[in-house]
Amino acid sequence: MPEVLANEQVAAGVYRLTVGGRFEGKMGQFYMLRAWGRYPLLPRPLSIFNLTEQSVEFLYAVVGEGTRIFSALRRGDSVELEGPLGNGFPDPAGKTAMVGGGIGTAPFYYALQQITDADLYLGFSREAYLVDDFRAKTTGNVVVDVGGIILDQIDFGEYDTIYVCGPHNMLKAAQLRQRTSGTEADVYVSLENRMACGVGACLVCSVECRDKRKKACTDGPVFRAEEVVFA
Amino acid sequence: MIDTTCRIAGLPFKNPIVMASGTFGFGSEYGAFYELSRLGGISGKGLTLQPKPGNSGLRVYETPSGILNSVGLENPGIPAFLRDECPRWEKLDLVRIVNLGGNTIQDYVEGARLLQEAAWERAQEQRTAFDMIELNISCPNVKAGGMAYGIHTETAREVVREIRAATSLPLVVKLSPNAENIVEMAEMCEEEGADGVSLVNTFSAMKIDIRKRRSVFENLYAGLSGPAIKPIALRMVHQVSRAVSIPIMGMGGISSAEDILEFIMAGAETIQVGTHNFVNPRAGVELIEDLERLMREEGISSLDEIRGIL
Repeated sequence: MPEVLANEQVAAGVYRLTVGGRFEGKMGQFYMLRAWGRYPLLPRPLSIFNLTEQSVEFLYAVVGEGTRIFSALRRGDSVELEGPLGNGFPDPAGKTAMVGGGIGTAPFYYALQQITDADLYLGFSREAYLVDDFRAKTTGNVVVDVGGIILDQIDFGEYDTIYVCGPHNMLKAAQLRQRTSGTEADVYVSLENRMACGVGACLVCSVECRDKRKKACTDGPVFRAEEVVFA
Repeated sequence: MIDTTCRIAGLPFKNPIVMASGTFGFGSEYGAFYELSRLGGISGKGLTLQPKPGNSGLRVYETPSGILNSVGLENPGIPAFLRDECPRWEKLDLVRIVNLGGNTIQDYVEGARLLQEAAWERAQEQRTAFDMIELNISCPNVKAGGMAYGIHTETAREVVREIRAATSLPLVVKLSPNAENIVEMAEMCEEEGADGVSLVNTFSAMKIDIRKRRSVFENLYAGLSGPAIKPIALRMVHQVSRAVSIPIMGMGGISSAEDILEFIMAGAETIQVGTHNFVNPRAGVELIEDLERLMREEGISSLDEIRGIL
């Protein structure tokens, strides 16, 4: 079973977990993780924060029992990983922006490995984290906002491709911004619905889309912003 | 030599492990993890005549040793199943079960007729895509109809009778633990000519968000599954097995070979595995191996030796 190499707290309730081994994955894909025996029953989906030849990293916030157990992991502990799962972000065209809200910044660290000149917009509600690490990954502009609305900092008209990941209301606002700004940019949102199986069988992460219902785990987690019907 | 074979309505199961409806899609997702034909059978996602979008809002919530789900029978509808999934199912060498749901008796009956016709058409060409119907009168997550049929024996009788008349396919009726009297319900199924019963579906249950002061589910209640319900499910299987002579597919929180033997000892012919697939996507094939090992350890050469011994 893969071993934990590090599990470092980077801010209040936010941790960076490094698991040793050779893993695969595209930007925006995720793994299902367990770090316990039978209970809790369900594994937890975490998006790829970073991938090297020796390890995979995850950035996560402690929100419930599963992530609380993750937060207590130490070097040498075992974890079970299933993945990579999901579709990930499509390859971008032209000038690209990545907009992350809180823990939604996580997938962009790895995405910047592929798109090294993207502009980065990082929004945090209380405390910014890993900003210098993010800055080191891109030659583009990096905008950081704490306590405000990160979407207010970005001109949608300036870009050809915009990736957004963050809380539900932020994704919904991004969809609205796309419509009202009249931008021709392709806007993609990465959803964080609760999941059970992670492989497309159980339908609990179902997403209402314009044409039909889709699955966040296998059809997503990345969707074109305009296709999602936000509650 | 360990014999794990089972039989319902003349259909041979290689082993008692059947994947439970609603937890296994139509199989293709888990087919990426192991050879599906190693399983005893699969029961596909519950189907209704028309496509159903399912419930909106949160659909899953984890509880101690269990999960609540409120999927609400999201499914592509029977015609889409026949068109898109059956070609794949034709190639599977295991017992393939279509789980049939509905909102009204007319829905159920028309669904059963469509399935019957499709089975006939294939039979003309010496082909089969499915072997059995599991009649779902017990989904707790559908407002109109749904579980209502699974509560009162006499209401359920009407559905079972109509479906029995509409199809000659082997018919198993999936029972709800929320039934007023599950033993009476099973007896009714036997009287109406069902080839078996499967039990139990999920328990109607609830979770309240105390900060928002409302249920976490838009549908108010949801269905509880997982190891939390296993002891109750086992007791119900035992009670039903003492009352009827048709075979039982036992289910409810099964997550180990030990659990499987318990259900067989309580009288089940086969078992079904549901929630445990989410815990371990390779559960099916691992349970098969564990079961054979455990039977060897316990000196059991055939499941018939222990079936219903209590």
